[in-house]
Amino acid sequence: MADQSPQDQTPEGIPSPEGVVNLIDTDYEVGQDNVEGNIGPFGFDIHNPVFLISGLSIVAFVFYALALPEQADSAFSWLFAKVTKGFDWFFLGSANIFVLFCLLLIVTPWGNVRLGGSEATPDYSYIGWFAMLFAAGMGIGLMFYGVAEPMSHFSSSMGGTTVENGIRTDWAPLGAAAGDEAEAVRLGMAATIFHWGLHPWAIYAVVALALALFSYNKGLPLTIRSAFHPIFGDAVWGWVGHIIDTLAVFATLFGLATSLGFGATQANAGLNELFGIPVGSVTQVVLISIITAIALISVLRGLDGGVKVLSEINMGLALVLLLFVLLVGPTVYLLKLFGSSLVAYLEYLPALSNPVGREDVNFSQGWTSFYWAWWISWSPFVGMFIARVSRGRTVREFVVCVLLIPSMVCVLWMSVFGGTALHQVVAEGYTAAQDAALELKLFKMLDVLPLAAITSLVGIVLVVVFFVTSSDSGSLVIDTITAGGKIDAPVPQRAFWCVFEGAVAIVLLLSAGGLQSLQSMVISTGLPFTLVLLLMCFAIARGLISERRLHR
Amino acid sequence: MFKKIVVPIDLAHVERLQKALHVAAGLAREHGAGICYVGVTTATPGPIARTPEDFAAKLEAFAKAQGLEQGVKTEAHMLVSHDPSVQMDRELEAAVTALGADLVVMASHVPNVTDYVWSGHGAHLAAHSAASVMLIRA
Repeated sequence: MADQSPQDQTPEGIPSPEGVVNLIDTDYEVGQDNVEGNIGPFGFDIHNPVFLISGLSIVAFVFYALALPEQADSAFSWLFAKVTKGFDWFFLGSANIFVLFCLLLIVTPWGNVRLGGSEATPDYSYIGWFAMLFAAGMGIGLMFYGVAEPMSHFSSSMGGTTVENGIRTDWAPLGAAAGDEAEAVRLGMAATIFHWGLHPWAIYAVVALALALFSYNKGLPLTIRSAFHPIFGDAVWGWVGHIIDTLAVFATLFGLATSLGFGATQANAGLNELFGIPVGSVTQVVLISIITAIALISVLRGLDGGVKVLSEINMGLALVLLLFVLLVGPTVYLLKLFGSSLVAYLEYLPALSNPVGREDVNFSQGWTSFYWAWWISWSPFVGMFIARVSRGRTVREFVVCVLLIPSMVCVLWMSVFGGTALHQVVAEGYTAAQDAALELKLFKMLDVLPLAAITSLVGIVLVVVFFVTSSDSGSLVIDTITAGGKIDAPVPQRAFWCVFEGAVAIVLLLSAGGLQSLQSMVISTGLPFTLVLLLMCFAIARGLISERRLHR
Repeated sequence: MFKKIVVPIDLAHVERLQKALHVAAGLAREHGAGICYVGVTTATPGPIARTPEDFAAKLEAFAKAQGLEQGVKTEAHMLVSHDPSVQMDRELEAAVTALGADLVVMASHVPNVTDYVWSGHGAHLAAHSAASVMLIRA
């Protein structure tokens, strides 16, 4: 053991990581499969063969989607429909298991295990840590669906149920609430919170915890395959691991690129609404280029100087917008709605999360199953990023901060943004937000509040910054995976991934239907990953048991 | 003239550091100075060590071996960085100040075109540190 005592801490407060950990015994040396060298003046340090396979297959897929757009579209939408409709029970059931597993970790003694060893100290303050995990995890969706989703569930619930040939054809959640406005609001809010609350964060928490545990406490490289060591043993250093890592890179890059494309669409719609800037591919390509350029600066400034700073700015701006809408909107109504939505969420939770025998097929397959697949396909990326910044927390602290607090923030966000729009419809008869296209709903809602020009601009800036914070953390994650878990690979490498991601987004945006078809494909990767996540729960349990044994 | 010499080292590439190590030891003997070897690691497992404490032990052993071999007083100091590829420069600079070193001897690559964008660690230190800096080209 090191003979460095706490007194050896340097004046600038660099922690001396100490304490009891139970390393996994393996002969694998981090970076042993890596290839180091130089291309011209640029140094590189990449994992062989994960870097090449993922890079080439991404190029091949983009080429396929461009060269045969119709065939690609029909193939991917067929796959997408099969996955979300045929395996809805699997997604819903598994997500419930993840939530229960996380809640279990909070109350059992397993929660006492500290990530990084019993004496490890946290790398980041609560605010910096929370800002980073939140900005990477939800980001843009909150801007996109904050107004849209409560509104959509409310409208479909008001419409009641329609049945054709014994199958429900409406999109309302559960039994709907035909004509009953108050109940439709409750049901709409409960369904929205269900999709943004405990379940998505439990999915992220499982992946993040598995990676943090196996990296910091078990001494395995910070890459997805490490979490499978308890199951496959040293075989994870071979092809099994290459496949897992490549799949993760794949899902992350396409997930980011497709979101980047959709984000550019929303920012474009907002700019058009505000300044009359034309909607079209030129504006969107410029927007993606700007977002990628800011993300590039951020990754080149590093984790503490770029990514963390941007995440904190982002959270600050989002908080200001949230408080503004809360105060100038129907404040009392919104606060009451926050409370009653929470109650409604708990009341409807068992029915909404029921994986079998659902009658509301459109809702449970088209919304819930879609969301679960989406969160799961994002989980390698978000989980890995959360793991990287979570060293020094106990498992209990970790789960509370990754599961409960973000869920509450989402409830608050949805109540305020969705609630304001619902209030406009129910009490004021203003239906512009209800009638607008998805990407415009937020701006239409802000339109009737004071200072609309300023808040809409803040909204657009937030859309852009949320994208930057997903894009820069994503580049760091892909760089780490393709460097075999090394986080000190040469800088040009992360710059490469950041630019590559922007380029893929632009290419897909310019091709007809390219974005949609590849998004379908990304979501389809959620299916194999669900299995992966279930195995991770098992691996986490085994890992925590071995840590606990050491403390007795 | 010099009391404490800091020698930043990369445990993964000790073979490239031989020249710098010899120059530092020679200067230390001449001035009766002590040498502090500074190594940078990450909290995540890396090629050298799987935990930071393991890294500290290896760095300590390296410093001891150098002390015996060169016949000078040596110590070791570990830096744990969140993002070494980018943040190492500033963290090294802070450590040189914190350790109270008056001379830094470090190996440096021969500059090439990328140095216009990303300057070397040695170049950053020379430009920003209050201590004297001696760069040993490979």
